[in-house]
Amino acid sequence: MIDILSRYDVLGAFWMTVQLTLFSAIGSLIIGTILVIMRVSPVAVLRNLGAFYVNVVRNTPLTLILVFLSVAVFGVLGYALATRGESGFIATNAFRWAVIGLSVYHAAFVCEALRSGVNTVPLGQAEAARAIGLTFAQSLREVILPQAFRGAIAPLGSVLIALTKNTTVAAIIGVSEAAALMRAIMENETGSVVVFFIFALGFVILTLPIGVGFTSMSRRLAVKR
Amino acid sequence: MAEHLVEMKSVNKHYGDMHALKDINLTVGKGEVLVLIGPSGSGKSTLIRTINRLETISDGTITIDGEVLPEEGKGLAQLRSDVGMVFQSFNLFAHKTILENVTLGPIKVRKMKKADAEKKAMDLLKRVGVDHQRDKYPAQLSGGQQQRVAIARALAMEPKVMLFDEPTSALDPEMINEVLDVMVGLARDGMTMVVVTHEMGFARKAANRVVFLADGEIVEENTPEEFFTNPRSSRAKDFLGKILTNH
Repeated sequence: MIDILSRYDVLGAFWMTVQLTLFSAIGSLIIGTILVIMRVSPVAVLRNLGAFYVNVVRNTPLTLILVFLSVAVFGVLGYALATRGESGFIATNAFRWAVIGLSVYHAAFVCEALRSGVNTVPLGQAEAARAIGLTFAQSLREVILPQAFRGAIAPLGSVLIALTKNTTVAAIIGVSEAAALMRAIMENETGSVVVFFIFALGFVILTLPIGVGFTSMSRRLAVKR
Repeated sequence: MAEHLVEMKSVNKHYGDMHALKDINLTVGKGEVLVLIGPSGSGKSTLIRTINRLETISDGTITIDGEVLPEEGKGLAQLRSDVGMVFQSFNLFAHKTILENVTLGPIKVRKMKKADAEKKAMDLLKRVGVDHQRDKYPAQLSGGQQQRVAIARALAMEPKVMLFDEPTSALDPEMINEVLDVMVGLARDGMTMVVVTHEMGFARKAANRVVFLADGEIVEENTPEEFFTNPRSSRAKDFLGKILTNH
C-alpha cells in the first residue's frame, strides 16, 4: 500500500484541496457579506434580490453550478480565467473556475449564517446606533455586523466544514484535488478499502480542527449581554 | 421659553387599526424639562420615539429647532445626532468598551479626532461617575452604571434636546437614584429634556411641565405641583390614585 501511495502525490492533492477551501472561503465570505447587507437593507429591491440569489443558488446542486461554469461559461462562451497557451493553462483555468463556483455556492450559506448572527443582535443596538446619528451604513459597520459575525461563528464553522468536503466536487471539472486522486488510484491500482480510508482520514484531519477551533472561538468571542 | 426646540403639530400615528397617537400638539421650549406620564399603552413611549423618528408618524409635522424632521437618509441621521436618546434597556453597544461607546458618535458622526473625543468622553464619564470603568464592557457594569454611561454617550454628541424613555424602569430600586441624580443635574444645567417616567420625585424636583397621556391623547398639561395635587381630568385622578396609593 505504501508502495502504491508513494508513486502518487497524495500530499499535493490534499494541498490542492486546502487551496480550494481557502480561496473559496475568502470568496464566499465576501459575497456572503454583501448578500447579507442586501438582505437586511431598507431598500426593498436589494432585499428581494438578495433573497432571490440565496433561494436560487442554495437550491441548485453544486455539481450543476460547476458543470455550468466549466461547460457553458468556459467551454461554449470561451471565458477563460488563465492565459491560453501558457503551461498549466488547463489546470489553472479549472482551479479558478472551481473557486468561483464554490464561492458563489457557499456565499448563499454564509449569508444565511450571518443573517442568523444578525438576529442575535437585539433591536435596541440598531436603535441606539441610529439615535446617535450613525447612518445605515455606519451602524451596520460599527455596531450590527461586528456583533453579527461574532454571533455567527458557530454556523460559519459548519459552512466551512461543508465547503472543505464540497471541494471534492471540483474533481468533475478537472481539478486534481484529493478525491480526483483517490479515484485515479482506485482505478489504476487497487479498489482496496484502505485507499478509501486513507483519503477519508485526510478529510477528517482537515475538518476536525475547524470544528474544534470554531466552537472554542464562538465561546471566546461571544458578545456578553 | 419663547423659543420652541421641539414642535409637534397634529401628529397622528396608526398601527394598522390602532390609533396610537391622536392629534398630538406639543411644544418643548429651550431649557424646558417636560415629563410625559400616563398608564401603560397610553402612547407615551411611542410619542417620545417619534421625536427622533425611531417611530414613523402617519401624518402631522415634527420640527426640531425649526427644522422639519426628514423622512430618511443623511439628513435624518444628522438631525438625530442633535437629539440625545436614553433607552429603558440602556442599549449600550455590547461589543465596545465603555470609553468606545461614548467616543463612537463624536468620532464617526462629528468627525472628531480620537484623542479629543476620548478626552471629552472621560470628562463626561467623570461627570456621571463611571470614569474608572472606562475599559470594561457594558455587561460588566451594574444597570445604574450602564444607564449613566448611556447618558454620557448621548451627551457626547452635544445634543440640543435629550429624550429619556423610561430611563429607570429596568433598574433595581437601589440604583434608581444614582440615575435620577444625574438627570436632575442635567436639568439644573439648563438641558432641554423630554422624560417618560413614573418617578414623581423627579417630576416634582426637575420638571417644568407634566403632560398626561391616555389612549394616545394628551389629556392634561400642568405644572408638576398642580398636576399631582390637583388633577383636573377624571382619568388623571384615576391614574394618580392608582400609583400614589403606596406613598
